[in-house]
Amino acid sequence: MMMSVRQFAERGADLELVGIQKRFPGFTAIEELDLTIPAGSFFALLGPSGCGKTTTLRLVAGLEEPTKGRILIGGNDVTDTKSHQRPVNTVFQSYALFPHMTIIENVAFGLKRRRIGDALAKAHEALRLVELDHLAQRKPQQLSGGQQQRVALARAIVNRPALLLLDEPLGALDLKLRRQMQLELKTIQEEVGLTFLHVTHDQEEAMTMADTVAVMNKGAIEQMGAPEVLYELPRTSFVANFLGQSNLFTGRVVDTTSAAITVAAAGQRITVPLSRAQRHQGEVTVGVRPEKVTLHVEAPIDTSERNVLGPGRVIDVSFSGVSTQYIVDIPGAGAVVVFAQNVGSGPVAGVDSQVWLSWAIDHGFGLDDVPSETGRFPADDSTSSIAAQRREDLVSELEEN
Amino acid sequence: MAFAAFATAEAQPQAPKKRSRIALFLLLPGILYLVLFFLTPLISLVLTSLQAPSEFGDIGVYDYAFNWQNYVTVVNSYLPHILRSFGYALAATVFALLFSYPLAYFIGVKARRWPLLQSLMLVLVIAPFFISFLLRTLAWKQILSDESFVITSLKALSLMAPDGHFTGTPFAVIFGLTYRFIPFMTVPLYSALERLDIRYLEAGSDLYANPFTVFRKITVPLSMPGIVAGTLLTFIPAAGDYINASRDFLGSTDTQMMGNVIEANFLVLQNYPAAAALSIILMAVILVIVGVYVKRSGTEDLL
Repeated sequence: MMMSVRQFAERGADLELVGIQKRFPGFTAIEELDLTIPAGSFFALLGPSGCGKTTTLRLVAGLEEPTKGRILIGGNDVTDTKSHQRPVNTVFQSYALFPHMTIIENVAFGLKRRRIGDALAKAHEALRLVELDHLAQRKPQQLSGGQQQRVALARAIVNRPALLLLDEPLGALDLKLRRQMQLELKTIQEEVGLTFLHVTHDQEEAMTMADTVAVMNKGAIEQMGAPEVLYELPRTSFVANFLGQSNLFTGRVVDTTSAAITVAAAGQRITVPLSRAQRHQGEVTVGVRPEKVTLHVEAPIDTSERNVLGPGRVIDVSFSGVSTQYIVDIPGAGAVVVFAQNVGSGPVAGVDSQVWLSWAIDHGFGLDDVPSETGRFPADDSTSSIAAQRREDLVSELEEN
Repeated sequence: MAFAAFATAEAQPQAPKKRSRIALFLLLPGILYLVLFFLTPLISLVLTSLQAPSEFGDIGVYDYAFNWQNYVTVVNSYLPHILRSFGYALAATVFALLFSYPLAYFIGVKARRWPLLQSLMLVLVIAPFFISFLLRTLAWKQILSDESFVITSLKALSLMAPDGHFTGTPFAVIFGLTYRFIPFMTVPLYSALERLDIRYLEAGSDLYANPFTVFRKITVPLSMPGIVAGTLLTFIPAAGDYINASRDFLGSTDTQMMGNVIEANFLVLQNYPAAAALSIILMAVILVIVGVYVKRSGTEDLL
């Protein structure tokens, strides 16, 4: 049975994409996409431009038709329904506020189309939520970019859609407004309990706001999970480099114990815990985040708890206030990036000085990529199991409360 | 003059503070032109419309007077023509709008992906301008005459009465007017629709509006400047048109419009005051209609 658009959604709805493929004349935007977003979650699709994330959003909104596959919202198949029949609202990247209507008319537009009573009062309420009720009678072009963005948000959430789609809605805002809006979005999501699907190329935005982040690349999802998990344990080199920075080393596994694997790379031995490595034999790529690497001006004592690289030569130092970024050239391993917190007094090593690097073995990770394969890694097929797990967690959390 | 209504409605941009003699000097030719070719004839027309027949003169000789009864006389004798003029012009405007809007929408919105098709179709819309309007109207007279293939076929198919005519009927005149002004309607509509941002339509659809509501609530209001410009460019000249309604073209004695009456009074009857009075009435009525229309369509901030 179709979910009626004549009434407000009681709560957020699950979104399921099953075997979605989207071809445009000349190229394929989405190859094969399976995705489940549990009700009430804040889900971010993260990826570079052209990775298919906006197409995914437009498919869900009904503005594009999939070439193959089904779209389900709250268990109802909406693949063949038109955009205006879906219980979904979008905050567009361009805001798309109707220029010939006042702010209040813009916000009340959806309510009036659905013939929901008291449309104006509800629209004013939504404008108060984004603190713009005093501008209700203005025209969109008389508002600043940030205000327009908030109106676009009010115009979408006033309809209480089962699913709210956000298409890089914070892209045009300055840093301070962005922070403010991120906070507001998060608050609204918690208050209203909608399901949010947020599309962005800004990894920081995705990580601060979303419960679950899916990293998309070339029309498929590379990896999906909670932001901390994605950052701590990237599974592919794309994720490792798109979500923050990584130092990656490729080599053959030379030693395996019950707790760790050791890879011979860069003329040194790099050890990674077994539990943090995706593959345990053959050619393996291992890595470490730049902020976890420590810089030494004297050769550190080799212990079994840390990996040591060096000696190398500092080729670049750049100071950025909180931290200093060093680029160190290690013979055989190439350039390694180190972020050092400025807890002492400024840089400890200058350009051209000889340094050693070390990091705790527990901080390394091993990727799933086959290093010899340069192409895209196949889609993560465990997305639905992660989502199901996430849903179970939410259910048990709700029962506890 | 009709467009003065637009000028006041628009937000006045900041004028440069410094007065420049050069600007005034550059304006001079324009001002002279308007005084010589617009203001002078207008005043002359008003004076002529108030003239009285010369007491001892021949037919066609008039003296300056304040004979305002001329206006009463012409309204009394030509009221059917006045009403017919505005009726035909209104009908032609409506038909031209109904014909041009889908055409302009297709060229300006649907054909965006194929710029070549877009330019080709625009050229086709404007192409009739390359042939004299009189020739084109004569051609229509031929095509739609009683012995023409079109009419004999219609009669053979019993779609028209055996003794029916097309030329000389009000329908033929309205057809001719509509045909003549379709490019004037299509081009402004196209320029408005060509700028229409599809994302507004998507947003409307996302906000539960069905395609018809999207058209009514978003497409039409956003293309309002084009609709206003197109309807004015059609209605104003159509109300004063005297070619289509003329007996020599698509009309008959029963379809005479104000233009034909003015022509007859000036050139045949030599009743210059009546012709001038009719011209002034035509102008005044158009000004009032246009003024009310522009105010009511509320397109000030879209222009």
